[in-house]
Amino acid sequence: MDKWKKFKESYFLYSFLRDPVAIVSFIIFLFLVIVSFSAPLIAPHDPYDTSTISIMDSEIPPVWYGEGDDNFILGTDSQGRDMLSTMMYGMRVSIIIGIGAVALQAFLGVVIGLLSGYIGGRVDAFFMRLADIQLSFSTLMVAIFISAIFQTAFGVGKYSEYAVPILVLIIGIAEWPQYARTVRASVLGEKEKEYVEAAKVIGFGSRWIMFRHILPNTLSPVFVISTIQVANAVMSEAALSFLGLGMPVTKPSLGSLINLGFEYIFSGSWWITIFPGILLIILVLVVNLLGDWLRDVLNPKLYKG
Amino acid sequence: MMEHLLEVNNLEVKFKLRTGELTAIDNVGFTLDKGERLGIVGESGAGKSVTGFSIINLISKPGYISGGEIMFEGKDLTRVSEDVLRHIRGNRISMIFQDPMMTLNPVFTIGEQMAETILAHKNISRKDALEISVEKLRQVHIPSPETRLNQYPHEFSGGMRQRIVIAISLLLDPAIIIADEPTTALDVTIQAEIMELLLELCEKNDTGMILITHDLGVVSQVTEKIAVMYAGRIVEIGSTENIVANPLHPYTKGLIKALPGSRGTGEKLYQIPGSMPNLTEMPKGCAFHPRCELAEGECFSKVPELIQRGNFRRLAACHKF
Repeated sequence: MDKWKKFKESYFLYSFLRDPVAIVSFIIFLFLVIVSFSAPLIAPHDPYDTSTISIMDSEIPPVWYGEGDDNFILGTDSQGRDMLSTMMYGMRVSIIIGIGAVALQAFLGVVIGLLSGYIGGRVDAFFMRLADIQLSFSTLMVAIFISAIFQTAFGVGKYSEYAVPILVLIIGIAEWPQYARTVRASVLGEKEKEYVEAAKVIGFGSRWIMFRHILPNTLSPVFVISTIQVANAVMSEAALSFLGLGMPVTKPSLGSLINLGFEYIFSGSWWITIFPGILLIILVLVVNLLGDWLRDVLNPKLYKG
Repeated sequence: MMEHLLEVNNLEVKFKLRTGELTAIDNVGFTLDKGERLGIVGESGAGKSVTGFSIINLISKPGYISGGEIMFEGKDLTRVSEDVLRHIRGNRISMIFQDPMMTLNPVFTIGEQMAETILAHKNISRKDALEISVEKLRQVHIPSPETRLNQYPHEFSGGMRQRIVIAISLLLDPAIIIADEPTTALDVTIQAEIMELLLELCEKNDTGMILITHDLGVVSQVTEKIAVMYAGRIVEIGSTENIVANPLHPYTKGLIKALPGSRGTGEKLYQIPGSMPNLTEMPKGCAFHPRCELAEGECFSKVPELIQRGNFRRLAACHKF
């Protein structure tokens, strides 16, 4: 109860309530999350259940067209799956991969950034050169390398079975340097502060000082990049899926849906690509807008009064 | 001969730089008995803080202890393992820093920080740790400590924070407190309060204190012994009374002459001409000779030794006696 009261009086909530963009973004984001995660309950069809899908229903246009079917409000894709339901399931996959990948990135990046910033010397040089090398490739290229390796190592069948964890791993590994560099930079600033000296004088060990004292002081940039990285990870996943290296057609994410429909866009079935595309843009946009707001809140130097 | 609580002998600290090694502290030695208070006085860069940090073997990177010994409770702190040192730091020897704004971690309540300090050294429950914290906060005259425990450092004023820092340093009833310019960042009225509080607590708990400061006025009110440092060496050491009333070394004389009280109202304050030499370009002979009015002969060629002078029980490093 006490925590709740504190939260109600906080600057965090205050600035949120005064920022209409943040409120709208948050509402939309929450709506999308709820809809996608309750998809098995509220979706009109189950796109994963092949027994209910009929190829006869394929490429039915949205309901407001003459040939539309009331059963399929946004039409169907080339396999005869209901677009609305498939998008709901697909968004769930996208969000899970986005958040999972960011959690992995953040874990790797924060630990590596802390170690290199605090220990310095050779450890620092090793990890930062590694990050430099990785940053000199584009993220997507690294992801394509890794997923190609995975695909040949496990075979395409196994790959599609474990596509979600593998994609989390791929995108997580591809983007850790962002975190590592941010955290390292803050650690370099923090470790010179006297409270760190004081902690040493009190007799704490290095590990305790790093994780318990320095880490919480470096977290605000981590939160900010996390929101932006979620959007990035969703995009990366979509891009990989679009290139055919991501989610299999049987369990499509938004990206693989876009890819799937892309082949039909010139034959007139625009809805298979456009609807997931719009949804993806909205999802990424609201997450980015929330990130912008969070950056303003957590960085008092940008405080506009 | 009674054994001293802390005995520093021939301490030498060097800094490894690209251009070679730099001696920051040379041949520093002093003793501290139980409940005794020693002041280390000197200008910025004289090596006061490095001396303080070297006692708990916490000199930051390019620096290291290159010689001498620091005997504390039968152990030489320059030779013991990191584990033993960690047990001594904060527990047996604690330290107070200059800026109370910076020494408390901004993201934790002071209760958490205090409890954590106790739990790092003692195997007691969190509840007991918090109780000890309340008790210590009361000792440093923080009003309503129970509620204050749940507040963050930014909710306190500078003087309050320094009190909290003092409370933290006292949490484990250490044998020695090293106070590195504890009042420099505070305004004058609060300075006096904090010094009084430190003095009171040290006397009550029979805690030894090493007070590092550039303010001879503060030191003379609080300590029993004074060591004057100049360019990494102790130039004079002895009882506070003797040193203040009858300084031997020309540098100490200059410092005492420079105190505001020693001149009439409206007169310009005395100041020692010149400034302390950079450690990279130390003058030959006595480091103080470029600023010394008495300098002649061997002052330019030979480093004076710290030896007993006159009838006083004190040591000074100067050729001119």
